[in-house]
Amino acid sequence: MTRLEGHGKITIIMDENGNFADAYFQTVEFRGYEKFLAGLPIEEVPRTVSTICGVCRGVHHTAATKASDGVYGVEPTETAKKIRELFLNAHYVEDHAVILYALGLPDFVVGPEADPAERNLIGLVRRVGVDIAKEILKKRKCAVKIFELLGGKPIHPVAGLPGGWSKKIEENERQEIEKLAKELVELGQITLQIFEDVILKNEKYMELVTGDLYRTVLNYMGTVDDSERINYYDGVQKIVDTRGNEIGRFRGKEYLEYIAERVIPWSYMKFPYLKQLGWNDIRDGEGTSIYSVGPLPRLNVSEGMNTPLAQEHYEKMFEVLGEKPAHYILSFHWARAIELLNAAERVLELAQDESITNSDVRAELGEVTGEGVGILEAPRGTLIHHYKTDDRGIVEEANLIVATTHNNAAINLAIRNAAKKFVKNGEIDEKILNYVEMAFRPYDLCLACATHTLPGRMPIEIEVYDSEGMLYRRLRNF
Amino acid sequence: MSKIKLAIYLSAGCAGCEMALVDLSEKLIDALENIEIVWWTPTVVDLKYKDLENLEDKSIDVALVDGAVRLSEQEHVIKILRQKTKVLVAFGACAAMGGVPGLANFHKREELLETAYINTWSTDNPDGVLPQTEYDVNGSKLTLPEFYGEVKALHQVVDVDYFIGGCPPHHDHVAVAVEAIIKGELPPKGSWITSGKSVCDSCRRNPAQKGEIRKPIEKVRRTIEGTPDEECLLQQGYLCLGPVTQGDCGGSCPQVNIPCRGCGGPVAGKDFGARAVGALASLMTDEAVDEMLEKIPSLGKFLYRYSLPVSLINRKK
Repeated sequence: MTRLEGHGKITIIMDENGNFADAYFQTVEFRGYEKFLAGLPIEEVPRTVSTICGVCRGVHHTAATKASDGVYGVEPTETAKKIRELFLNAHYVEDHAVILYALGLPDFVVGPEADPAERNLIGLVRRVGVDIAKEILKKRKCAVKIFELLGGKPIHPVAGLPGGWSKKIEENERQEIEKLAKELVELGQITLQIFEDVILKNEKYMELVTGDLYRTVLNYMGTVDDSERINYYDGVQKIVDTRGNEIGRFRGKEYLEYIAERVIPWSYMKFPYLKQLGWNDIRDGEGTSIYSVGPLPRLNVSEGMNTPLAQEHYEKMFEVLGEKPAHYILSFHWARAIELLNAAERVLELAQDESITNSDVRAELGEVTGEGVGILEAPRGTLIHHYKTDDRGIVEEANLIVATTHNNAAINLAIRNAAKKFVKNGEIDEKILNYVEMAFRPYDLCLACATHTLPGRMPIEIEVYDSEGMLYRRLRNF
Repeated sequence: MSKIKLAIYLSAGCAGCEMALVDLSEKLIDALENIEIVWWTPTVVDLKYKDLENLEDKSIDVALVDGAVRLSEQEHVIKILRQKTKVLVAFGACAAMGGVPGLANFHKREELLETAYINTWSTDNPDGVLPQTEYDVNGSKLTLPEFYGEVKALHQVVDVDYFIGGCPPHHDHVAVAVEAIIKGELPPKGSWITSGKSVCDSCRRNPAQKGEIRKPIEKVRRTIEGTPDEECLLQQGYLCLGPVTQGDCGGSCPQVNIPCRGCGGPVAGKDFGARAVGALASLMTDEAVDEMLEKIPSLGKFLYRYSLPVSLINRKK
């Protein structure tokens, strides 16, 4: 597995006048899941791969479970599908809430040029007030409760099985989930209200959101249902180009016809690109083969949301941004807030469907096919788990492409574009660190999982080199 | 009473253990009346590595480390932390036993790299390059840290005072451990902070809880085979490792019809897999043992899922 966590590293190179020449983003760890999963029975994989990330553990669990369906040639029962979708959507609410409140909103609520020591969740709590903050945390906890109830363990879930789910939902549990879901919908509404009050009504911030500073023109990918609306659990993967024209659509194993991952010697993280356009380096603009995934790309490729309240906000967002696909990367945060509400509404819909308590949670397994691909939309973007097994369902080979990997080139470009604007005449200071961080934070890097969970920032080191290749300055936020 | 000075460090882990701390929620806020967090990296903003280096030796009362040791940087931080800390706790399965990432020790470093960067199906690597620790791009040198060929548990790098199991520890158990730390009610150095009970002790399926005697296992089932009834999973042939696993989780996996895989660490003794084999063998008929070996070809990975780096067999050289 090439999911990388730990510290990120940015290298900026200046020309002889101290102006920007180039910039690179690197991640610094490698773990090897793709190799060491070999030998495990496929049904043991979902609970094992959840440990790829303690924050987005539910998506790895669910994607691997979907892949295990394929290995046993089975469609999960209708009830199991609903339970999985409910589980995934509750996970979305919890994860998106953490990202927005701990990482995204502090830049705006506290201010992009505020003291970094203040520009975090604690600073945000001070600004919005302790009561509102407590209310938000309490509501987020409702999603955690649903996650534990369905998944078995509170962090690394164990309940996903090929063809189904290990436990049915009892009627009293359904009622409890329904109650909790109502709190989640309120959380979604509060979040969008904060977004509106703090950002949309602030001219200076809107300049940042819709200006050229944080803009990269790329292709986009995300999952849509039969009506072209966003779906996190299942559907078809749709790709649009920089102008919004559909250029690809695939399911399951077909991903190999559309995506390739380039290995570059200075990074542990590979660089995925669109195969049909060919590898043409890490660059943005028309004709690029680089694409991006995640909240904004999902909204970009779809024609709407599958719930009513989120749909209203979807329409408003594109109206304000004035383009579709929108290339303004700070609006990832806006898209994330809309998705939070969407996932909450979906949790409520599923919890109100009384048939979700049916007992047919496990389908009878078919013959082992020996191959399975599980694709879903993780909060950070498309997640692909692909396994090949022997005829007993014992894993022989695996291939995993996680959301942050899809976005690797996009992140490099975002940083390069921001650094180009800020690195001038050799004047390098902490402010640059702040603004460069704002360029990668929308992608919600899954490098150090912990940065997602707590008042904190992505631990990042910036090294600036002069035109002679000598280290000019080193900036660290850790 | 002065507050207890606490430090937390995420080493090579997934942050699930830190999520378990966050899930303490109100209890965490209450605990902060007695605890001062003096260093929490890399998750807290303005507490830096140099801040840790500048602290007086043994000025931190308790440090929790989650995650195993994989990079030289992690080893460096942990050694400094040891120097600054009175009580160092290996917090969760990765720190205590190496955890799931420790399964990498079944393979050579080169095999891991080759799989990820050359052999995986979507990889495009025409020149067969691997990530380099130093690489020249247009005259500038880009560097990457080298990762160790072996994943280690915390006590294989520094002296550890206490261990807490779980992948991650259940937040209810974290609450118990935090309380024990606050009150200073800690077991002898080198112990696990645990109830000492097994998963079976808290499992409603346990025959002993109904005054019944466990029957021998005559058939082995993988989790995909059939749907278990309400009785003991192990007795039905599902390889539940509950008897040899510490049950501070409250037996959460069997409660959702899924067998235990040992993330809590061994109930007693140092080698989880050896204990598991011993326990299973004593419960199984000879036919069932043969069936197990046939159905689970990589028994080592199956039994040492959370503990390979601290096992007797450890790694391929």
